[in-house]
Amino acid sequence: MPVTDIWTYLSEGPLVWLTATILAYMVGDALFRASGGRPLVNPVLIAIVLLSALLLSTGTAYGTYFEGAQFVHFLLGPSTVALALPLFENRRHVMRTALPMAVALVAGSLVSMLLGLGIGWVLGLRGISLLSLGPKSATSPIAIGVAEQIGAAPSLTAALVILTGIFGAVTVTPLFNLLRVRDYRARGFAAGAITSGIGTARALQVNPTAGAFAGVGMGLNALFTALAAPYVIPWIFG
Amino acid sequence: MIHAFALLLLCQLAGEIAARASGLPVPGPVLGMILLTVLLITLPGLADRVRGVAQGLLSHLSLLFVPAGVGVVAHLDKLGPDGPALLAALFISAIAGLSVTVLTFAAMLRLTRNTDEAPRAGY
Repeated sequence: MPVTDIWTYLSEGPLVWLTATILAYMVGDALFRASGGRPLVNPVLIAIVLLSALLLSTGTAYGTYFEGAQFVHFLLGPSTVALALPLFENRRHVMRTALPMAVALVAGSLVSMLLGLGIGWVLGLRGISLLSLGPKSATSPIAIGVAEQIGAAPSLTAALVILTGIFGAVTVTPLFNLLRVRDYRARGFAAGAITSGIGTARALQVNPTAGAFAGVGMGLNALFTALAAPYVIPWIFG
Repeated sequence: MIHAFALLLLCQLAGEIAARASGLPVPGPVLGMILLTVLLITLPGLADRVRGVAQGLLSHLSLLFVPAGVGVVAHLDKLGPDGPALLAALFISAIAGLSVTVLTFAAMLRLTRNTDEAPRAGY
């Protein structure tokens, strides 16, 4: 069988793209470790760049790629449930910080939402593009639901959630050092609340307490965005 | 291992059903996380049984976002002429949101004199 035929056969099935996804991530993770855990050498970012280049150079459609990658993607659900373990193990810390969490959540979430809309408006965004910025700090399923409710574009919102997460993963460590906040409860909570899943993944790479608070931050901002955004955003533009 | 994975999936399933049935605006997996936390508090012995699988999944949580991230790159052209403005608004507001959240949290810890033994970054 000629090589091109083997490739044609393999590239249509899920095996190649599932393997490629895991190998690309392993390369990213190896570079991340070799760099001594530098936030800019983010394993997700490296894997995305490698895989995008591969898809482009082989002329593979995203749909074909996702046939294989979906098995990895599916594990997001059970992994979110698994965040119960760090939450359980840090339950005393979490219970004792209910008030700081509530105040920080409302302040930070509103700033992220309103400032995003404000800057977008100043930069000339209008209509659906502008509205799609609103729920970007919430985890994808919530952000997509809110986007549908307020008449934004769900697919654009989903992309903005991922971009916010990647941006957060490379930014949080230097930003929090600059702000001189060393408490891992505060650092993890902010990362999860404002940059959702990918920020939580970054927090888990750094410290288990930060990871637990990131999971709580992500969950609470999901709830807050779902409840507040459908009222706050139309009210501003009403 | 299979027991732990079954428990995670059952919690997610219960979360999805509860989210749909109640109309609560929370993702099913987040409700599943709350359910599992309640289960762990009620039956602390469960923690040792789920630890291996849970830690395995969470230690590579980043990997699970790769397929969605590749999707964003594949559809980057859909941002269209609004791309630069969207990215600028996103980056600035994310930095502001992160800063306000972390500073408010730290200020509230001081205000409530909650400076206990929680771990700190040694940068």
